[in-house]
Amino acid sequence: MAVTDQQRISYIASQAADARLNVELQTEEMTLNLGPQHPATHGTLRIVARLDGEQVVKADVVCGYMHRGYEKLTEVRTFPQVTTLINRIDWLSSFANEVPFILAAEDLMEIEAPPRAQWIRTLFFELSRIANITLFIGEMGVQLGAITPVFFAFRDREYVLNLIESATGGRFHPNFDRIGGIKDDLPKGWIAETKDAMRRIRGYCDELEQLLMGNEIFEARTRGVGVIPADVGLSYGLSGANIRASGVDWDLRRDAPSPLAWKELDWKVWTHPDGDSFARYWVRLQETREATLMVDQLLDGLPSGPIQAKVPRIIKVPAGEAWAHTENPLGEMGYYVVSQGGLGPFRCKIRSASFHNVSITPWLLKGVYVPDIITILSSLYFILGDIDR
Amino acid sequence: MMFALEIPYWELTIIKTVIVLSIIPAGAVVLGYVFLLKMMAHMQSRMGPMEPGGFHGWFQLIGDGIKFIQKEDIIPGEADRRVFALAPLVVLISTFLLYVVVPTGPRLVVQNLDVGIFYALAVSSLGVIGVLMAGWASANKFALLGSLRAAGQLIAYELPLVLAVVGVVIQANTMSLQGIVHAQADGSIFGFSGLGNPFFFTQIVGFGIFLAAAQAELTQTPFDMPVAESELVAGYMTEYSGFRFLFFFMAEFGTALALSAIAATLYFGGWYQPLFKTGIMADLLGPVVLGIKVMLIAFLIFWIRFTFPRFREDQLQSFAWKILIPLSLVNIMVTAIFKVVL
Repeated sequence: MAVTDQQRISYIASQAADARLNVELQTEEMTLNLGPQHPATHGTLRIVARLDGEQVVKADVVCGYMHRGYEKLTEVRTFPQVTTLINRIDWLSSFANEVPFILAAEDLMEIEAPPRAQWIRTLFFELSRIANITLFIGEMGVQLGAITPVFFAFRDREYVLNLIESATGGRFHPNFDRIGGIKDDLPKGWIAETKDAMRRIRGYCDELEQLLMGNEIFEARTRGVGVIPADVGLSYGLSGANIRASGVDWDLRRDAPSPLAWKELDWKVWTHPDGDSFARYWVRLQETREATLMVDQLLDGLPSGPIQAKVPRIIKVPAGEAWAHTENPLGEMGYYVVSQGGLGPFRCKIRSASFHNVSITPWLLKGVYVPDIITILSSLYFILGDIDR
Repeated sequence: MMFALEIPYWELTIIKTVIVLSIIPAGAVVLGYVFLLKMMAHMQSRMGPMEPGGFHGWFQLIGDGIKFIQKEDIIPGEADRRVFALAPLVVLISTFLLYVVVPTGPRLVVQNLDVGIFYALAVSSLGVIGVLMAGWASANKFALLGSLRAAGQLIAYELPLVLAVVGVVIQANTMSLQGIVHAQADGSIFGFSGLGNPFFFTQIVGFGIFLAAAQAELTQTPFDMPVAESELVAGYMTEYSGFRFLFFFMAEFGTALALSAIAATLYFGGWYQPLFKTGIMADLLGPVVLGIKVMLIAFLIFWIRFTFPRFREDQLQSFAWKILIPLSLVNIMVTAIFKVVL
């Protein structure tokens, strides 16, 4: 039987109707450019995110907007001058940047600083850790929309900065570490003031534990967001609190041989098994509290004696290569110093923690929502100067 | 109006319009000054807002106003100029219309509509059109995302807002705000009629839902996803500056004041105070009493705003649909059962 036109038309119409039903709602992807000038990147990091609605399909991190060429600049500086420069890498904990470089130089010169100098170094190292991480603890709140914690952070961080200023003369950039020792001894009355400030910081930690970490919305925003499994984190070279929050018990203060005074103190490395944003916040909060306790111990056990070993007036570092790394507030920071016997380093490779810590973000950001980009970035905690050097 | 009978209609209308128009900036200034600057400064140990002008930083807000007015009026090149310019006005008008039905005394009300609360809730959702216009006309991705979030949020939270109010309407037997005040004034708590019967005691669940939904309507923390400054810069307001931004600012605080006034009227008896129920004294005391109640509720709103982190968009929606709306339906059911039984 021949198919009539009527039948053919009705067949086509039914097919067309089916096709209309079967076609899914087509959505268009959008590219959202977060940064380089964006409030959440606290600096000039740029994230190019391809969005499907509010979901991230692909995210690229573009860094280098703050590159200041420090590795190259060290080659035209003498060894004592370099500390002024590398102070600026992680500007929130400047003193901690100086220590590994000085350790590498001391290693090459085969000089060891006297015990009192080592203890004071450790003291300022931990103080700069507190100055750095207190800000993170408050700043994570402001990224999630709670504006109060960050003001508390600035209020209490001020006490630590005042201490650093009164002892070293430099508020942000102390430039206090010297090859073979430190610049000055501690001023009079400083120890009592420091103990008082440490009590304040512990109070601040308790406050934030209740105000922010105990908040249900904070938990809902951070738990299960940006989970880093331990093996993935290690393969991306994560270090510091980021990897400890994934359950890896690794802290260079304890695990690496170091002339500093950490091994003589009674303290604990905090880890968290979850690996999510909440765990990273939790670990950092505990570390800040642990650091205040360490400062108290350092003040109690401070040995007497000289603060400077005998070093030649003009420092010439013998030829050779040395690697020194420490557990900085942001993670592992190391300097590979190559000397050819001149006044300054021939080559200096800086391994900064933040660069490796943000390298995982494209992997982490896949499939998350736009608000979670901010949660993840702020919980990874980077300093732009530390990424770009 | 107290002498409403002696004044011709058109003069009266002008007076009412002028009063309502002046309430929005005045209310925004009061709330902004008391809560945004002073309370926040005390809570967060901020130095800045306590300095300008000497005593307690009284000059800060005036200085801010001067700054906003003298700024350049920037319209992005890609923007839809007319819609862009119109959007803040639409938002402001929605706020302006809210004040029409709020009674501040037995006779002090611009227009005592029989469907007063229905009108107020309907008008308050007009603002979302302005928000969408602003987001679309800005030609900015952050603004677009922000305005879409705002639209989704305002629609989702309009429902619990309305459903929470239904409990009050059932209990008061009227939709007129003046009638709701009278219902509370004439009521009694277990035979004790000295304080009337503020619906806060019977509708405490409804009050909680109303407050949460009002917080979301105002796009304030923890529901400030549309203007989340750490991710969307400023949401739909990203491209606005100068006096256009000031309009949004005034509308936000004006709406905060209006919703606080409506909450005070619905749950705390509005202008009612136990001493004078009618007469000239009730009219004179009315605005003061209402003002005190409004400030208490606004304090709650801003206290939450300064303390909490914000919800994520999906958490925000599921909070509205899975918790607030079922809760308000249960509240309506319980209220209705009590109404029938008692």
